[in-house]
Amino acid sequence: MAVPILKQRHHLIASIQSALSDQDLVGLRDDLARLVGQHRALGVIIDVTALDVLDSFATRTLRAIAYMTKLRGAETVIVGIQPDVAQAMVQLGLTLEDVLTALDLEEGLALLDQRLAERHGR
Amino acid sequence: MPREATVVPPALVQNNPETATALLRELVSILRESRTELREEWARRITESRLLMAMTREEIFAEATTVYDNYVAVLETGSVEALQAYARDLSERIIPRGVETQEVLGVVLLLRDVLARSLFKKYQLDFNLLNRVLDAYEPAANRIANTVAVGFVQERERIIRQQQEAIRELSTPVLRVRERLLILPIIGLIDPQRARQLTEQLLRGIRENRGKVAVMDITGVPSIDSAIANRLVQTVEAARLLGATVIVTGLSPEIAQTLVTIGVDLSKMNTVGDLQGGIELAERVLGYKVIPVEVEVAARTH
Repeated sequence: MAVPILKQRHHLIASIQSALSDQDLVGLRDDLARLVGQHRALGVIIDVTALDVLDSFATRTLRAIAYMTKLRGAETVIVGIQPDVAQAMVQLGLTLEDVLTALDLEEGLALLDQRLAERHGR
Repeated sequence: MPREATVVPPALVQNNPETATALLRELVSILRESRTELREEWARRITESRLLMAMTREEIFAEATTVYDNYVAVLETGSVEALQAYARDLSERIIPRGVETQEVLGVVLLLRDVLARSLFKKYQLDFNLLNRVLDAYEPAANRIANTVAVGFVQERERIIRQQQEAIRELSTPVLRVRERLLILPIIGLIDPQRARQLTEQLLRGIRENRGKVAVMDITGVPSIDSAIANRLVQTVEAARLLGATVIVTGLSPEIAQTLVTIGVDLSKMNTVGDLQGGIELAERVLGYKVIPVEVEVAARTH
């Protein structure tokens, strides 16, 4: 199932609704890479609240999205990782290094706004 | 009465349960008769052996009376249930006062000894009869000693289990000190189970309180090995995946040395010297600024 991507001011919000196949993840990556340029987005939020598993492929893809969007001028925040999922991830050594994370959508938006303000402030 | 029993040939007595029961009954009546003096003798021996030092002489005497009567009742009926219940009840009362297992066992063995001695004295002129009396007495006495000791140990273990539960529940509180700021004070050794519980509690606390910064204070942790250190690093990373920052405070010199010596990678951990520093850093991260009232008033009036 493809992931719907919404635009909210300068941000894109990808809200994952159900478990994703590897293909869906690749699709999400490609869509976001394209849409960041198309909408001139400054931030991307990927909401994984609905996921109860994040395997190594998913983690790697999320990290790839974060690095990629950065190259295209937008910061990515992963929001809504569940406590159990987080615990399983660190045990597998999947720690999403250098990727921003936040508790939920609201926190993610606040974090992006703060990062933007810092960047423009300088 | 003992004179009469000697008439029966020993072999017949030993093979005849009826006679063993009769002997036991006789024994019971003897113990009932000399209740006062034997009880006093027992209490005296307890004090002499410096057992049950946590209890007063009166208390010892009162308990001794009940145990004595229970003891005789068990010899009479052969049923240890009442004694079991009493032993449990007694243990419940004396364990909190620091009475040790060996004391309880010692006391019961003393009573066994006191009673056996009284039997020796009574039957000293007839060795065969004494033997048969002891044959009847010993198994019952052993069973009683066993029951009391097991009851005591079981009660002790029950208390230990109960306390372990309580400690486990208390061991890792996650407290909110300010909006979005949590503290997690850890006291005592961290074992793998506790480390897991700690991670779970912290992550749950972050979710429930919408925590953004958590200060984990390990001032009260005496030592840490590499497995536990790695668990802590994992906890910090898991919290970060939820979008929260963890600040670790209060690493003792010993722990710091251990971690450096065993080469645990702590580059992902924010560490601050003490809890106060940790909370101050957390407040800065969250955008709080704490100003003493007088300073603020002075600033406003100028």
